[in-house]
Amino acid sequence: MPPLANLKALEAESIHIIREVVSEFAKPVMLYSIGKDSSVMLRLAQKAFHPAPIPFPLLHIDTSYKFREMIEFRNAYTKSIGVELRFHTNREAVDAGANPIALGTSKCCSLLKTRALLDALAEGGYDAAFGGARRDEEKSRAKERIFSFRDQLGQWDPKSQRPELWNLFNGRIDKGQSIRVFPLSNWTELDVWHYIHQENIPVVPLYFAKMRQMIVRGETLIPPEHNVIPLHAGEKPQPVMCRMRSLGCTPCTGAIRSEADTLPKIIQELLSFRRSERENRVIDHDQEGSMEIKKREGYF
Amino acid sequence: MSVAEANPQTFSIEEFLEREATKELLRFSTAGSVDDGKSTLIGRLLYDARGIFDDQLASVKKSAINRSSGPIDFSLLTDGLRAEREQGITIDVAYRYFATPKRKFIIADTPGHEQYTRNMATGASTASLAVVLVDARNGVMPQTRRHAAISSLLGIPRIVLAVNKMDLVDYSEQRFEEIRDAFLAFAAAMGFSEIQPIPVSALEGDNVARRSAVMGWFQGPCLLEYLESAPVAASEDRKPFRFPVQLVTRPNQFFRGYAGSIVSGSVRRGDPVMLLPSGKTSRIASISTYEGDLEAARAPQPVTLTLEDERDVSRGEMMVHPSAVPRVSRYVEANLVWMTEEPLANGRNLLLKHTTQQVSVRVMIQSRLDINTMDNAAATTLALNDIGVVRIDASRALFFDTYGENRLTGSFILIDPVKNGTVAAGMILRDAGRSQTHTGHVTAQERHSRNGHQPAVLSLSLTSLAARLERRLFEHGCQVIALDPEAHTAALLAAGMIVIAPHASHTRAIDLDNLPWPAGEDAAVDAIMVYLEQKGVLWTSRFTRGEGI
Repeated sequence: MPPLANLKALEAESIHIIREVVSEFAKPVMLYSIGKDSSVMLRLAQKAFHPAPIPFPLLHIDTSYKFREMIEFRNAYTKSIGVELRFHTNREAVDAGANPIALGTSKCCSLLKTRALLDALAEGGYDAAFGGARRDEEKSRAKERIFSFRDQLGQWDPKSQRPELWNLFNGRIDKGQSIRVFPLSNWTELDVWHYIHQENIPVVPLYFAKMRQMIVRGETLIPPEHNVIPLHAGEKPQPVMCRMRSLGCTPCTGAIRSEADTLPKIIQELLSFRRSERENRVIDHDQEGSMEIKKREGYF
Repeated sequence: MSVAEANPQTFSIEEFLEREATKELLRFSTAGSVDDGKSTLIGRLLYDARGIFDDQLASVKKSAINRSSGPIDFSLLTDGLRAEREQGITIDVAYRYFATPKRKFIIADTPGHEQYTRNMATGASTASLAVVLVDARNGVMPQTRRHAAISSLLGIPRIVLAVNKMDLVDYSEQRFEEIRDAFLAFAAAMGFSEIQPIPVSALEGDNVARRSAVMGWFQGPCLLEYLESAPVAASEDRKPFRFPVQLVTRPNQFFRGYAGSIVSGSVRRGDPVMLLPSGKTSRIASISTYEGDLEAARAPQPVTLTLEDERDVSRGEMMVHPSAVPRVSRYVEANLVWMTEEPLANGRNLLLKHTTQQVSVRVMIQSRLDINTMDNAAATTLALNDIGVVRIDASRALFFDTYGENRLTGSFILIDPVKNGTVAAGMILRDAGRSQTHTGHVTAQERHSRNGHQPAVLSLSLTSLAARLERRLFEHGCQVIALDPEAHTAALLAAGMIVIAPHASHTRAIDLDNLPWPAGEDAAVDAIMVYLEQKGVLWTSRFTRGEGI
């Protein structure tokens, strides 16, 4: 028999991880960001427990700045597969008008994502939380364990990580501590799209190219949704053939010019890219090592 | 990636995806310190194989730090943590991903300094090939030997000796050969199936992704060529079937399935299976997956198995084929890499995680490996990054293969039950329960002729019948005992035998190690016989040396 195709090998590794968590933790939860990686992770969870339903809820940290199409997709898709969805928003910060222009991206993320996440995890009493992050996304993620230990405050200490050998994961924690689990650690962006194509996994339509209204500033395409970005004098959104390469909050996620309106076209486009997928994410570039700093504070 | 660009007209995405899906995946580790230019080598490999994006390169160009003499410090592409960039060293294992038209690769990039042996072992645990770096100016260093030893210990079959910085030794063939020969002198005995030395200059790109023009004297492959052609790990699906149960799935009263990953071997519907530790047997009724039921499945597929009979199986138990069962024992001898600051004290109680089961164990240190000489010396403690041989006494039986036979059923981690950290990684060498009975010099033939029968294990689970049979055989003159399968030393004592064992931990053990025996083995044995008489173990000395009967 030929060796198991590499995507099947990645799938096997991820399913093993997801099952280990359910076996060893009392109250796991899966962070669901609605993006392509979450969609893959969700399908893997369905496979891991078939014919039983997914034995944990999904949790969406809603910053209130997500694309309308993301929220619509979230509600429809989770309902169609019969999984329990919970969501959490840092209401206090949103009501006080928190946004990336007024506060800066760093502080805005800290309030609407990290704080909201930590509060939601504490409120739910979750001892393990799945995240869809991949090691090929960013340099500090490349060094994070699959089972990533967090202290009582949800913080990551990169210098005292548990060694992780073979397929043996150590999930032992004391009360109040938790483990973040990254089943897609060894997947690349290409693997994710390839798998979505192979498995026919539904994704948010924003990933596919079509004419959309965008604020055009040189190479940068900013979605005008939520009206957070102040327009320059005489500037107004114009129709551009574009798509989103990764999905975040509307003010902080740029679109890319693209004609790719099918999965094969997206994959083909990806092969010709010479720029990384998070480049259009403003938050990673605030300062050198900014993702590491966020993760130390409790960000995913 | 160059495929799309090279042939924009003829490129078919569907064909590409098909090829992509059947590509092999090679996991390899790299070991070497930043002084050897390891990060530069990986940066160069990723860059030349186009595993790096332009904006990541731009952020490196923009960085305030540039430790290299060239325009691009490739090492900044891989050193991900701030502390690493500040100190110019690699602290932790980092995983990198790249693909060529031929293969996909996962690199476990590990630091080389002595204090990071544990990280090296971590990276090596999932690799099927190791790249060990040497600075051509310094040649083979103690750390080179350590890298090779750890790779060998973690069961990596293939090793590349990358002699880097050839540009700084004038691309000297003689220098390369000196280093190669010095390496082979000790590595040849380490049991690698292949050692491939390659002279490279990571800074200039010589023999990394393209063959070097200035080192025409080297006839071998460049690094990337070798990585693209070296065999990936031996297929696990030809080994005996091993299925540790991860969790029990019971969505309704009609379905009771056992979910897990096939660690090795394969399984078909209708196959007989044995359940460990109970030893009960059944047959596979179905192989259930999200895609539907399968006729057969193989490693490393995750599946849910159902059985034809009602059996009470839980997480931590293992399904195997009755014709190829693993070893079952509470005692194992293993190589251990100690991974935490607080040293391991002899006899310490820890938690052991092996496949999907966790048991409490007592760890007895046998010896410590001197990695520079590869000699084992007696030891009573293991410090951070030490490697030693230990005996594990588990509170329940483990079902295992040796690490040499099966990486996943032969490995374990040890966990501190109080602080919860992972404190050690272990590779099982043998069943220590069995080997204990083979240390003496009385031959099997001598025993058989005195006993008047062959040794035998009679499997009989009905206790009353077993007791009756024991009595009958005893009266027949046999040395016999009916016992619980996990009894061991206590059982042999119950059988009235004298048990001699190293480090015997039984409460009735008489410690002979620390008594002042006379010099000479014969004299010492004579003295022990007298001592045993005094202690009332022996009634009389039946024989005195030198006397005839």
